[in-house]
Amino acid sequence: MSKGLTLYLHVHQPYRVRPYSVFDIGEQHAYFDQKDDSDLNNEKVFLKVADKSYWPMVTLLQKLLDTHGGFKLSLSITGDFIEQAESWSPDLLEAFKRLVATGRVEIVAETYYHSLAFFYNEQEFDAQVAAHRRKINELFDVTPTAFRNTELAYNDDLAKWAEKAGYRAILAEGWDTVLDWRSPNYVYRPLGTDSIGLLLKNYRLSDDLAFRFSDKAWNEYPLTAEKYVNWAAQDTEGSLVNLFMDFETFGEHQWADTGIFAFFEGFVGEWLERGNTFYTVTEAVTQHEAAGELSMPDTVTWADSERDLSAWTGNAMQQEALKYVYELQNDVLRSFDDSLIRDWRLLQSSDHFYYMATKWEHDGDVHKYFSPYDSPYDAFLHYINAIRDVRLRLMRHYNLGGLSPAETASKEEAAS
Amino acid sequence: MLGWELPPHNSGGLGVACYHLSRALAQKGAQIDFVLPYTAEHPGVDFMTVHNATSLEPEMGVHLGSYDSSYVTELDMKEVDAGDLSTMRAVQKHYVTFVEQLVKKVQPDVIHAHDWLTMEAGVRAKELTGAPLVVHVHATEFDRSGEHYGNPIVHEIEQMALDMADRIIAVSNITKAIIVERYGIPADLVEVVHNAIDLESFEPYEYDQRDYRYFEALRKEGHLVVATITRFTVQKGLTHLMRAAARACEKYDKFVFLFAGDGEQRDELISLAAQYGISDKVYFTGFVRGKQWRDVYSVADVFVMSSVSEPFGLTALEAAHHDSALIISKQSGVGEILDNILRYDYWDTDRLADQLVGIALSPSLATTLRRNIRDEYARISWKDVADKCVSLYNRVHEGVAA
Repeated sequence: MSKGLTLYLHVHQPYRVRPYSVFDIGEQHAYFDQKDDSDLNNEKVFLKVADKSYWPMVTLLQKLLDTHGGFKLSLSITGDFIEQAESWSPDLLEAFKRLVATGRVEIVAETYYHSLAFFYNEQEFDAQVAAHRRKINELFDVTPTAFRNTELAYNDDLAKWAEKAGYRAILAEGWDTVLDWRSPNYVYRPLGTDSIGLLLKNYRLSDDLAFRFSDKAWNEYPLTAEKYVNWAAQDTEGSLVNLFMDFETFGEHQWADTGIFAFFEGFVGEWLERGNTFYTVTEAVTQHEAAGELSMPDTVTWADSERDLSAWTGNAMQQEALKYVYELQNDVLRSFDDSLIRDWRLLQSSDHFYYMATKWEHDGDVHKYFSPYDSPYDAFLHYINAIRDVRLRLMRHYNLGGLSPAETASKEEAAS
Repeated sequence: MLGWELPPHNSGGLGVACYHLSRALAQKGAQIDFVLPYTAEHPGVDFMTVHNATSLEPEMGVHLGSYDSSYVTELDMKEVDAGDLSTMRAVQKHYVTFVEQLVKKVQPDVIHAHDWLTMEAGVRAKELTGAPLVVHVHATEFDRSGEHYGNPIVHEIEQMALDMADRIIAVSNITKAIIVERYGIPADLVEVVHNAIDLESFEPYEYDQRDYRYFEALRKEGHLVVATITRFTVQKGLTHLMRAAARACEKYDKFVFLFAGDGEQRDELISLAAQYGISDKVYFTGFVRGKQWRDVYSVADVFVMSSVSEPFGLTALEAAHHDSALIISKQSGVGEILDNILRYDYWDTDRLADQLVGIALSPSLATTLRRNIRDEYARISWKDVADKCVSLYNRVHEGVAA
């Protein structure tokens, strides 16, 4: 029996907070402009990853789309990424546009700022989804029909929200605890919805690429395209295989010298040659009947062995940081100060909280790999100082009638 | 085993480390002859044979500037007047002679020599017996002299012994780097074996809040007590710490800084505090021992190890045991085995100030640091240290035989 494969890649780079100290508070507000050689230099990291991953993978995808009429995929691209690309590599954005222009690359909706706003403030969440939608529309001339929340964080309420917002598909982790005896290889109908289709990540097959591909201690190493096609086509129940992973898997998490690009090219050819199909995420849900209803009352994400929100909210520092940032909403928004609003929203990226995780025992290595900081405590310190500066800016804004300190000083001077 | 001190007659961490290492080795079945430069009772040391190289009182042998190597003036032992036992070199000469006699009676399988104090004796013992020499480096002359060069004669003694050693143990990667880069020893001859902490040596006790009542009162009023316990020498980076304290006070008012200990820099530090205008926030305890020493840890919310060069730094683990949050300079070896700490470069006073203010203003940061370090330090045991040493002995023994 032939199978359909839904490949979905997530494209994101955060604006990492630079070592922003208590002595910077009130002095200058550039939280994201580290200019040294470290991994906190966002431009440097962006260009490095562009070199290792974005360019080679976009080039390969273009080639595969040109060669195989049956090849399709879906991408979600955060606002943070788009802004960084606009600043530092506009050509890259053009290359992404060419992919989308083939009509076989679907863009998936999400929050503009890669935030967890859904769980803290629905109004802010709506605003960020709308901002992302506008940006995608302006850039790619498409309107997304599928939704994924940051970090694949999903629950029944999110599905209801997405249906109401008009989306036809929504993505989530296919986690065993929730699925029980069920397979992730079908379309499901989220509890309490009528029309939206839920696609679940086949995490075993996804992680074979994302995490295990270059692991020499893995008993399946080295993974060949043929072996992988066999697994995907024969060894699993259901008619769909949903591979969801970071775009940066190709070239950044798995370097070029692991053979990941050649593998991927071989895999796509082999998959089609054997009479299988590729779907974009919306196609997958419209061309398959829901196999049944699925309820996920508790939030499930795609991170850590717990697959819950604990990677971002697990310790007291993370909880304090999240509380502080969302507390500021009203004051920030009614300031109508664009740069203040933008900084506040960039500070909502889930990445900041991920770097503060102190799970050393189980998932510590993964957190360490992704963190540009020496320790979660440093991540917290810099972040909280930035929050304090935002507070100070708000204080000045309201106490000083919206004038900057320099303006106030000159005003005082004029008065005296 | 060639050492210079054992508790209770120790003036620093070397004696503590030698005691716990020897005990853990003995528990693994090692028979140890431990040579000391003085004569004294060591209650509780029944797991090895202690030899006394001289009849000196411990205070003479130990406190003879063992940490202050700047008085050493003769390189060649032959020039040392052995009759005058008031100098370090004379005591060392007696120590070497004693070891020469000892190895005629007891053939060692391995010679394990600690620091420059016993290195010459170790080399002599190797020459006489052919047994492999393991040199255990707790501190080099570079560490002892802070940002200065140190005594060239001591450097030369270290160089000679490190060149002669069959294998070298460094107490941290920092120390290993110094041995490789500054003494030119091939990296594969140097193994890093971090020290540990012995939880049994901390008897359970009731903290009575009496010794530092004033600080407890300030704490109740919301002050943050920042403490360090150390010798006041250049190596410890305390002038930088003082500067950071002043910078932190610019941003947050309710700090108390407790400088526990004594040393040559005391007066300089006192005047520095005055110069920075924070004298009323800085307290000097003088030399502390026993309960007064232990209670510094108890009263401290934050413990800072500000060393310019600290091969290991056991006090950080002791502070962790007493529930303090730790801030450790990147130049301190103990930081290599801990995740749940804040780190800074010893000269980066603004960074340290930032960390102090951060802890003062964020209850969750202080809580998370304290809770997580407790889970962490307790996993570090002397048994593991002994395992690594035995494995090294076995390899070095085969290497020599072959």
